[in-house]
Amino acid sequence: MAIPQLAWNQVRPAPVVLVSGTEGFLADRAIRRLRDFLKGEDPSMEVVDLDADSYAAGELLTVASPSLFMEPRFIRVNSVEKCTDAFITETLSYLEDPAENTYLVLRHNGGVRGKKLLDALRGGLGGGIEVVCAELKKDAEKYDFAVNEFKAGARRITPGALRALVGAFSDDLAELASACQQLMDDTSNEINESTVERYYGGRVESNAFKVADAALAGRRGDALVSLRHALDSGADPVPIVAAFAMKVRTMAKVAGNRASAAELGMAPWMLDRARKDLAGWNEDGLARAIEALAEADAGVKGASRDPVYAIERLIGVIAARGRL
Amino acid sequence: MWSELTGQAEAIALFRAAASFQPGAAGDAARADAAQEASASGAAASGPANQMTHSWLITGPAGSGRSNLAFAFATALLSGNPDGDEATAAQVTARSHPDLQVLTTEGVIIKIADVRETVRRSHYSPSVGRYRVIIVEDADRMAEHASNVLLKELEEPPERTVWILCAPSEADLLPTIRSRVRSVRLRVPTVADVAELLVKRNDISPELAERAAREAQSHIGMAQRLATSAEARDRRQETLTTALEVRSVSNAVLAAARLLAIAGADAEAITEQRDAQEREHTLRSLGIAPGQAIPPGLRGQIKAMEDDQKRRAKRSLRDGIDRILVDLSSLFRDVIMLQLGRTDAVINRELEGTIAAAATRSTPAETLATLDAITTARHRIEANVAPLLALEAMLVSFRRG
Repeated sequence: MAIPQLAWNQVRPAPVVLVSGTEGFLADRAIRRLRDFLKGEDPSMEVVDLDADSYAAGELLTVASPSLFMEPRFIRVNSVEKCTDAFITETLSYLEDPAENTYLVLRHNGGVRGKKLLDALRGGLGGGIEVVCAELKKDAEKYDFAVNEFKAGARRITPGALRALVGAFSDDLAELASACQQLMDDTSNEINESTVERYYGGRVESNAFKVADAALAGRRGDALVSLRHALDSGADPVPIVAAFAMKVRTMAKVAGNRASAAELGMAPWMLDRARKDLAGWNEDGLARAIEALAEADAGVKGASRDPVYAIERLIGVIAARGRL
Repeated sequence: MWSELTGQAEAIALFRAAASFQPGAAGDAARADAAQEASASGAAASGPANQMTHSWLITGPAGSGRSNLAFAFATALLSGNPDGDEATAAQVTARSHPDLQVLTTEGVIIKIADVRETVRRSHYSPSVGRYRVIIVEDADRMAEHASNVLLKELEEPPERTVWILCAPSEADLLPTIRSRVRSVRLRVPTVADVAELLVKRNDISPELAERAAREAQSHIGMAQRLATSAEARDRRQETLTTALEVRSVSNAVLAAARLLAIAGADAEAITEQRDAQEREHTLRSLGIAPGQAIPPGLRGQIKAMEDDQKRRAKRSLRDGIDRILVDLSSLFRDVIMLQLGRTDAVINRELEGTIAAAATRSTPAETLATLDAITTARHRIEANVAPLLALEAMLVSFRRG
């Protein structure tokens, strides 16, 4: 008998709730939602936190044993993926006979540790439920998440505004959620593109490869803007130069070379991409770009007083396709 | 023990005189002190009392036998006999002499903690002979703050401690270190000297020995490797032909990858076997049976060993690339010699035809630019630029119409 698997926003009370998956933000939300719901039912509920990675024998029994007035208990157990052996055996024996009016929430972050416990739980021991909080990888999933956020807040938002919002916060779900919250708190009527533009205009998620792509396409301004965004969101100059080097190296291998993808040791799409990137480049330009790359690599590693300027110069050379 | 040191007659005479100096013979401790002071302040060694001092610096190009000379001098000092004796020589070779300390590294730099430990132990008095000898191989691998730890010790070491530093040139050390040591310069041994040594010591045929000595540009260790390993010769040959075949940017990038692979293979040939042996040895001394899981308590030690091996591999790769760059500069040196009309002193005589063809393809100015590119690449690799990138930038400038 398998237990029901629910999404984070469908969580409901059960003697034992397994919250699994790597998306910590959704898991926190699910647990909070459950706690708020139960606290609303009975404000005298006692909330206890346990850490499974430093669990000592007997702890679970101590906190789960009934008290004089029989208040309900809400026991949150963190990091079950790093639990001690004592925790596995004691939780299994507890699940044979769960305490009355007690809700045990197990937070498991993925991995194989505690498999015995997970298998028993999923097999129906203790009559629990599982809340799956898998990472949202695709843009469509993030879009749906944002749609639900606004639906939960009973607010209207235009599809264009939603797309702009998801595009600006594509890396971190927590950031996206707080951006949604801020928009709902700060505005009163329908949220449209101009609202999003006013709040989050000009913010773009950027990484080393986006900077390199913009520069290789000859868009110097865009490349400089996304360089600044990448640096501001914590990117280090050294890997940025390495990303440039990788791209230019692939292009140089392909340039003036009729060899097939297999002969060059790269995937066919990489070859096509490099051929496309090569438009507008010539031999001397590539040579100058490689020289500039070595110079910039030395620059970001201490030869230049300003590593960021070293990259900006590199972007200049590459965006001009080596013709400076 | 001095006989294996090729072509350094002056330096050997100097060290033998120093080792035969007997402070007690004068019977006057005060005079010996005065003599020590005089030589510490840089006075020329004139009288017998001036021939010994407490801090030495041996400089000479890579492969000229700096450390060998330092160890020979140490043997002479430790045994109290200018020609050394067999027992001491054996102990010095095994690095197990109680009064000998060696500060060296297989990583890129000498760690400051090691320097401090050596300094601490330099204050023990000698247990067997008259001197405690400390040899710092590769003194140029000390960063500035590590060098500063030595300043006080070099200026005024304990009475019976002798420091011997080795470095490629005086310019590699801080001025403050240079002013505290007595410097002995080695010369580059001639090709004939090195070849003769190879014939005598390794039983190599004279032709091969001559070729190895010439191609190694009198670097004794390198010459020995080239003479004894056919693979090392092949790798060198491949390096040179790869570099001469660069015609386009695409060639250059592929050639850089090839050169890096050659350097990697070269480095691996040196370190791979040692790493495996070392690991086995460590596991055995920790009491772990082959194939047994490593207990958590010992993982730290294994990790430390692996980190050391990684550092060694990195150094080894850098050394490999450096050898390649030296080989390449010998190649372009030959090219420019031919372009300027000198045909007598070609290093890579086996490639003479290819080199002559290359000489007609470019002008001397272009060849000089190429040599500059090689120097730049060496500087860049020293400054921690990704080796592949530095090689690519260098090879790109090799392109000729």
